[in-house]
Amino acid sequence: MTPPTAPTTPASSAIAAADDTLTIYERSQPGRRAFVAPALDVPQRPLDELLPARFRRSTPARLPEISEPELIRHYHRLSKRNFDLDTGFYPLGSCTMKHNPKLHERVAALPGNARLHPLQDERRAQGALELMWNLQEALGEIAGLPHVSLQPSAGSHGELAGVLLTRAYHEDRGEQRTKVLTPDTAHGTNPATVTMAGYEVVKVGTNGDGGVDVEDLRAKADEQVACLMLTNPSTLGLFDPNIAEIAEIVHGVGATLYYDGANLNAIMGITRPGDMGFDIVHFNLHKSFTQPHGGGGPGAGPIAVSERIEPYLPRPQIVRRSDDEGCAFTLDEERPKSIGKLRGFQGNYGVFVRSYAYIRSLGAEGLREASEVAVLNANYLLALLKREGVAEYLPVAYDRLCMHEFVLSGAPMKRELGIRTLDLAKRLLDFGVHPPTVYFPLLVDEALLIEPTETETKETLDRFAEIVAEILREAAQDPEIAKNAPYSTPVGRLDEARAAKQPVLRQPI
Amino acid sequence: MSTYTSATDADRRAMLDAIGAESIEELFADIPAALRLGRPLTLPAGMAEQEVYEHLKELAARNVSCEDEISFLGAGMYDHYVPSLVDTLLSRSEFLTPYTPYQPEISQGGLQVMFEYQTAISELTGLPVSNASVYEGPSAVGAAGYLAKLANGRPRVLASRGVHPHSRETLATLARGYGQTVEEVGLREGATDLDALVAALSDDVSAVVLQQPNFLGAVEDVAALTEAAKQVGAVVICACDPIPLSVLEPPGAQGVDICVGEGQTLGNRLDFGGPSFGFFAASQEHLRRMPGRIAGETVDVDGKRGFVLTLQTREQHIRREKATSNICTAQALNALAGVVYLGWLGRQGLVELGELLLRRTAYARETLCALDGVEPLHSQPVVREFALRLPGADVEAVVERLAAEGINAGYRLGRSYPEYADGLLIAITERRTRAQIDRFAEALAGALAAERGAAPAGVGA
Repeated sequence: MTPPTAPTTPASSAIAAADDTLTIYERSQPGRRAFVAPALDVPQRPLDELLPARFRRSTPARLPEISEPELIRHYHRLSKRNFDLDTGFYPLGSCTMKHNPKLHERVAALPGNARLHPLQDERRAQGALELMWNLQEALGEIAGLPHVSLQPSAGSHGELAGVLLTRAYHEDRGEQRTKVLTPDTAHGTNPATVTMAGYEVVKVGTNGDGGVDVEDLRAKADEQVACLMLTNPSTLGLFDPNIAEIAEIVHGVGATLYYDGANLNAIMGITRPGDMGFDIVHFNLHKSFTQPHGGGGPGAGPIAVSERIEPYLPRPQIVRRSDDEGCAFTLDEERPKSIGKLRGFQGNYGVFVRSYAYIRSLGAEGLREASEVAVLNANYLLALLKREGVAEYLPVAYDRLCMHEFVLSGAPMKRELGIRTLDLAKRLLDFGVHPPTVYFPLLVDEALLIEPTETETKETLDRFAEIVAEILREAAQDPEIAKNAPYSTPVGRLDEARAAKQPVLRQPI
Repeated sequence: MSTYTSATDADRRAMLDAIGAESIEELFADIPAALRLGRPLTLPAGMAEQEVYEHLKELAARNVSCEDEISFLGAGMYDHYVPSLVDTLLSRSEFLTPYTPYQPEISQGGLQVMFEYQTAISELTGLPVSNASVYEGPSAVGAAGYLAKLANGRPRVLASRGVHPHSRETLATLARGYGQTVEEVGLREGATDLDALVAALSDDVSAVVLQQPNFLGAVEDVAALTEAAKQVGAVVICACDPIPLSVLEPPGAQGVDICVGEGQTLGNRLDFGGPSFGFFAASQEHLRRMPGRIAGETVDVDGKRGFVLTLQTREQHIRREKATSNICTAQALNALAGVVYLGWLGRQGLVELGELLLRRTAYARETLCALDGVEPLHSQPVVREFALRLPGADVEAVVERLAAEGINAGYRLGRSYPEYADGLLIAITERRTRAQIDRFAEALAGALAAERGAAPAGVGA
């Protein structure tokens, strides 16, 4: 189990290594090609007749010139320079890196889905609209809120929708509010969203148990507050037991309560944001509902809302008409109080297909089991990491039962062993494990946010705990090993300061 | 019911023992009893994989896709051919399943893809910096509007009526949040009215938003419109489709500050509207106001070449409420399809494709406009899409007649432009052959004749 502790690159592989990092543009040779255009079957009119020269491009875009075999080899080779979920454990906190079922790719690729034009007449897209309707119904039930819009493209887009809905709700009542509250544990997207929606961010503190500081909330909740954005379980992986009181305070000043659904994976079928008093919820279909993350998207961020928010939902909404056999599902653009559109067309339908397949595969029982095992796995891993040899260096930030994830602090490790959380993360790479989320949440010093998800085995969790203990033992002997890690990856630690100071953002051609 | 967990009863017992809990139920002790659902979710029972497949296949079979008809429908997304190698590469788990590359040592593949993608977008648009993708076209226009607001803080945005209706509406939705108003600049002869733009411009205009070619397919005089906008110091935003940029002067060379657009046409499926990707390119002065991820080249501790996410102090996870955007997850996999597709077309191939589209589109425009009862809606140059009118005809009825013959006649302009109630917007991709165009013309002539016959006396041309 001991991975290399020094670079292992033999001199002979230097040539190979240099070739590995050539870009597609550097592989280009004049005259090579993959594409062959379909035959010209219409008159070959002079271009000047079709498009005046002043509008025409004088030199072609300098794209690569490369054959199909070389193109495949290039990107295939690049793929091997990525770590991925099908290769190994990926306990990246707050990102819910659960298994991506392969059926989903097959059904998303059916021509009736993949080649369906977004402006196809509704009568000839009934299967797609029914699928979206069914997904809306399911998400509404999971959230405990009756009305759903699938339109937002990702979690942060759902947040923006939620805060714009809040604005529309208050303005419709003749109120101009100015502030939105976010806990100091919030995802960065929350405060960034608030600014984009034209509100001022006011931070609410965290109490000694890792929940919202209710007194601080009470002091800051006034008639200028439009909304409180909350994640529950929080980014500390803890369920806030005071949620009913929090909701009462927020509603007491006429504000809305917004649920950041990033951590929904802990509570599916167990408790529902709507029942906790939330007005608006966003889902991350790429987290709890298995859309593959794609190396940074695509995702989807549907929202579910209460009755009082419904009139403002984005256009179009899917409507079911029982009186029309041939066109039971339609897209309703006539929504006078709607905030409008957040994007083109109906949303990331391909993502909806995958998440719908997931929900139909698991059903109510399976979704609940997924959350139960996610929480079981997290608590089990936490119990393993609370053992001697680890806990003295990486204590849990809040020593309680956790939900689907938990936070450790690397502060004692840094003090006692001289290695930082970053060093631990980099050394994990040599053991074939993706590191947890590091340095978030911000209020925990040297934080590690660990989310194993329900699709990992007990053996994987056992092994991870052993690896962490091994890295700490190793650091006690020689901290330089971790400080200079990783050793087995395609590149070592990268100079990020240089990248920012002298940005090279494209290939010079 | 399917399951993707592997916890056996024995596992559960052993894990609970290690935790020191009696039951899984105990782990949820923090959730007050009053907030527990206390019943199963009301959802259909779970199914086995093959049952789910059959169900989804049945739903998909009720859609009429571009596989099932000859489609001339565009209006923002287009039925271009996606080469097989895109499917092959995108299905690799190493691209499909990782998160955003927060750990660059094990994400060099994805990061280099972003770098190559940024280069391609920069080449297409003629602008020096590109990010690694945003959600899709219309929200990219909204994001560009927000950049202009950050850049100059002025209160008004002018958007051409030739900009995609979804883009205009998205821009207005977002602008209401950050406090700008969006006004429309009208069209004349199918293109943005320069005089109307000049009349609306003043030094309180934050941005001018154009689309090239515009929604009606017309090639705009971007250089002249940009020059006018620059007189008052407005940020010029141009939404583009990358395929026509094969033959059109790049916006960056015409003074445009920000070029954004819908990337679906670059190797992405239609997918009933998404996921695709939005691209976002800008002039150097706006680099530090850009939204989203940007990959940059650097070296590792041993001096080896490598790539990282860079300029992250713009981003929400670092700057929080001071970030230049809230975007986090974007469309990396779709952008990968884009750069693979552009590599497949290659330098010459992209031009050949653009020229083929120009010629086939010209042929279709002439053939259709030569029919009785068909007129061009404008006479501006076009690349891949054009608008015509069917004066006096019931366009919806004509479109239905063609649908019955397996032809999707295009986008009824009346759906978003009341002033063009008799208008039809027709897209020609490389998949549409001359034979199909001829068949369309024949069917359209037949449908128009049939409609004239069916129309009550006194109605119709």
